[in-house]
Amino acid sequence: MTEAVTIEARNAVKAFGQGDHVVRALDDVSIQIRKGEFFTLLGPSGCGKTTLLRLIAGFEMPTSGTILLDGADITELPPNKRPVNTVFQSYALFPHLTVAENVGFGLTMQGRPRAEVTARVAEMLALVKLEAMAGRKVSQLSGGQQQRVALARALAPQPKVLLLDEPLSALDLKLRKEMQVELKRLQTETGITFIFVTHDQEEALTMSDRIGVMSAGKLQQVGSPKDIYTRPVNRFVASFIGETNFLPATVVPGGVRLATGDVVEVAAQARGDVTLTVRPEQVRIVGAGEAGAIAATVKFLVYFGTDTHCHLALADGTEVVARVQSPASGEAGIEAGSAVGLRFASGAAQVLED
Amino acid sequence: MAERRFEIGRIPGFATVAVATFVMLYLPIATLVAFSFNEGNSIAVWEGLSLHWYREAWDNQAVKDATARSLIIAVCAAVISTTVATMAALGTTRRAKFRGETFIYVAINQPLMVPEIVTAVALMIFFGMIKVATGYQGLGYLILAHSAFCIPFAYLPIRARLEGMDLSLEAAASDLYATPWKTFRHVTLPLLGPGILAGAMLAFVISLDDVIITEFVKSGGQDTLPTYMLGQLRRTMTPEVNAISTALLALTVMLLTAFFLLTRKRD
Amino acid sequence: MASRAEERMQRQSARNGWLLSLPALGLLLIAALGPLLIIFVYSVLTPGQYGNVVWEFSWDGWVSILFTRDIFDGTLGLADAHLTIFWRSVSLSLMTTLATFALGFPTAWFIATRPPRQRGLWLFLITIPFWTNLLIRTFAINEVIRQEGVLNTFLLWTGVIERPLSIIYTDTAVLIGMAYVYLPLMVLPLFAAIDRFDMRLLEAGYDLYASRWQVLRRVILPIVKPGIVAGSILVFVPSLGAYVTPRVLGGGKNMMIGNFIELQFLAGRNWPLGAALSVTLLLIVTAALLIYVRAANRGSNPHG
Ligand SMILES: Nc1ncnc2c1ncn2[C@@H]1O[C@H](COP(=O)(O)OP(=O)(O)OP(=O)(O)O)[C@@H](O)[C@H]1O
Ligand SMILES: [Mg+2]
Repeated sequence: MTEAVTIEARNAVKAFGQGDHVVRALDDVSIQIRKGEFFTLLGPSGCGKTTLLRLIAGFEMPTSGTILLDGADITELPPNKRPVNTVFQSYALFPHLTVAENVGFGLTMQGRPRAEVTARVAEMLALVKLEAMAGRKVSQLSGGQQQRVALARALAPQPKVLLLDEPLSALDLKLRKEMQVELKRLQTETGITFIFVTHDQEEALTMSDRIGVMSAGKLQQVGSPKDIYTRPVNRFVASFIGETNFLPATVVPGGVRLATGDVVEVAAQARGDVTLTVRPEQVRIVGAGEAGAIAATVKFLVYFGTDTHCHLALADGTEVVARVQSPASGEAGIEAGSAVGLRFASGAAQVLED
Repeated sequence: MAERRFEIGRIPGFATVAVATFVMLYLPIATLVAFSFNEGNSIAVWEGLSLHWYREAWDNQAVKDATARSLIIAVCAAVISTTVATMAALGTTRRAKFRGETFIYVAINQPLMVPEIVTAVALMIFFGMIKVATGYQGLGYLILAHSAFCIPFAYLPIRARLEGMDLSLEAAASDLYATPWKTFRHVTLPLLGPGILAGAMLAFVISLDDVIITEFVKSGGQDTLPTYMLGQLRRTMTPEVNAISTALLALTVMLLTAFFLLTRKRD
Repeated sequence: MASRAEERMQRQSARNGWLLSLPALGLLLIAALGPLLIIFVYSVLTPGQYGNVVWEFSWDGWVSILFTRDIFDGTLGLADAHLTIFWRSVSLSLMTTLATFALGFPTAWFIATRPPRQRGLWLFLITIPFWTNLLIRTFAINEVIRQEGVLNTFLLWTGVIERPLSIIYTDTAVLIGMAYVYLPLMVLPLFAAIDRFDMRLLEAGYDLYASRWQVLRRVILPIVKPGIVAGSILVFVPSLGAYVTPRVLGGGKNMMIGNFIELQFLAGRNWPLGAALSVTLLLIVTAALLIYVRAANRGSNPHG
């Protein structure tokens, strides 16, 4: 079954500035976003997430490349002619209009009949639970309420795609969690394709159907949250999402050999020097000298409540972190300075080429 | 006795000089206003409270004509200069910097930099030529001249307001299917409103106050209030001038207060 | 580098920028900027018999700024009267600048060190005279210092003096008047500079054993210098071109350049000389503004 593609970028390049000061905010990005999915763009500050959204919304034109909507080229279409709406990071609510007028703005501009606008506005305000606020000015709303108005306003004209640029970053933690659930609910109920930008990896992992990880204007990996977490394609993705260990290694038949001489069984297509990566929770601590275990010394422990992070050193000095359950009170745990053995959960270790 | 604290920002004598300065700044104005209510015809000896000179000024046909002329010119100049200044402010903000933008900026602010007497003389020569060539002697020249030198005063507050305006509001409008014109009509213009009003008020005040350019550009019998007052210098001065000044002063203070309230309240 | 669509958008944006600015530029061209060019032309023409000019090239306008031609033998001599006027203009403008600074700096400091809630009010008190008609303010000061004015009446009444002080129609009167009308122009930029001044620097100064005077001279003044330059230029430039104040307070004889220019035109005496004087004034003012711009640019990165 092939899923329909709503938005597609083909070899999109966006350069800012002139002469020696050219910044390639987007560097040859190709991406396909499927109909009805919750797609998240994740990446560090300045990697080009906003720029990609602005190309899709039509606020900016690509230096080269094309943007397609349902297969049609919309690269040069102005924003007011695209069935794509944006929830701005700063909300960008019109301060001179009421909540209801803000929500109805898009429909009014489309020239829909007054009755339809009124009905739709009421419907949208109900959807975001702000019926009581219809007549207020937006400056009289709290941050969370403004956020909902921005959402209702962008959803009211029933766009094919909704773009959300870090919509939750201005909210405090509790509201943020609430809005995450709310957003997910809205997306499921409306069935509209969401393209969501964040640099919060947890938010990305919990909310998305698929994630695109970006760095320095390039798309590094696209995949489901699980894919991205368990099968990162390179060192950047592995380290940007979650915590992980990197161990220098060399490819040998049947696996890789660490600098300590230990051989770890793992599938490797590459040859020569590689990096082995393994998540802390996949590192098991066993008794010293156990057959097949890698010898290590416990350097220090960091207590996190339910978990404890064990900082270990291998024979060659490589540092490895293992996450273990904290011992119950009275129970003897691992102690700093002791010699232990390490094992990696089967299939958890992965070879990265760079 | 009060404890003497070491106040960090205090410099001995500064407060005294400052207060004295404020007194010196307001004493002459206060005197001017006070003597406008003088009963007698001296501007130095108090002879009792009355509105005599206001009535006198009110009944003076020359003052009436000058007032009307001043108001007509100031209203026209404010409308014209604010209109073109608004357009120019829209043209020089909210878009990528373009070649010639600095030139436009300097040209618009040029009236602030050239001594008024020089502009006045230049306009006298230029408009004099046109007067001879066309035979037209009307108020048009004064309106034109006032409109021009009011432009920077209208332009600066409007530009400031535009620069303080969130660009994403217009992006949001166009995202919500508003054409460029509708974006301007429904978003930019309403938000710019207070700035435009503030600019128009400043332009009005500036035009109303002008002496030098008006003195040089006006044709015979085209006195405005300020040039009328300047003309009174040659005669013995009576509190009538004070009464006119006080009225003008009150108008200015009212407009300025409105201006400050307008520019301060930005949410 | 940029795609064709990007370029088209940029070009369109620049074109719209020009189109929108065009009405303002046009108005300025016919009623402010353009006529200034005529002044340049007129300065090199021959004076007409009854004012105006004859369209014949001549440097006489420029020459007569500094020299007079003897009516009998045609030899050139220094024009003492003109030099006096220049000297008066420049010295009065400088003294006005100094006087406004001496009064304005403490005032600006005073306003800046008020509690934030009061500050707006004090500032407003400075701004009102700033926007009040210059002529009204000049009249106000005139009514105070004239022979039978408030000051003399008061002093005579109290018996401090026996005969009225003759201040009006002297250079002193013009100086007092200019200092009075231009004072807000000094206070406002000084306030802006002091307002940005980090008061913790004073604590550092006092902590390092400086006296109040040393702190003022070694810490405050150097840091607020851009404000001082701005205020000085803002006062000096209009003082130099002043017309109303010297006319009202200086009487006919204590002329400044502005009045002297007027005399050349309205009394119909020598238009090319008036034009040359105008150009000179324009050049001096431009020079002063350039100094200001440079100082302001330097001031914007004080630690650079
Ligand atoms: N209008 C512009 N002019 C010049 N450079 C720009 C412009 N817009 C973006 N850039 C540059 O392009 C790069 C990508 O910017 P972008 O805003 O897309 O990053 P981002 O991923 O959204 O970052 P953040 O997470 O901080 O919002 C940055 O280096 C930025 O400086
Ligand atoms: Mg961004």
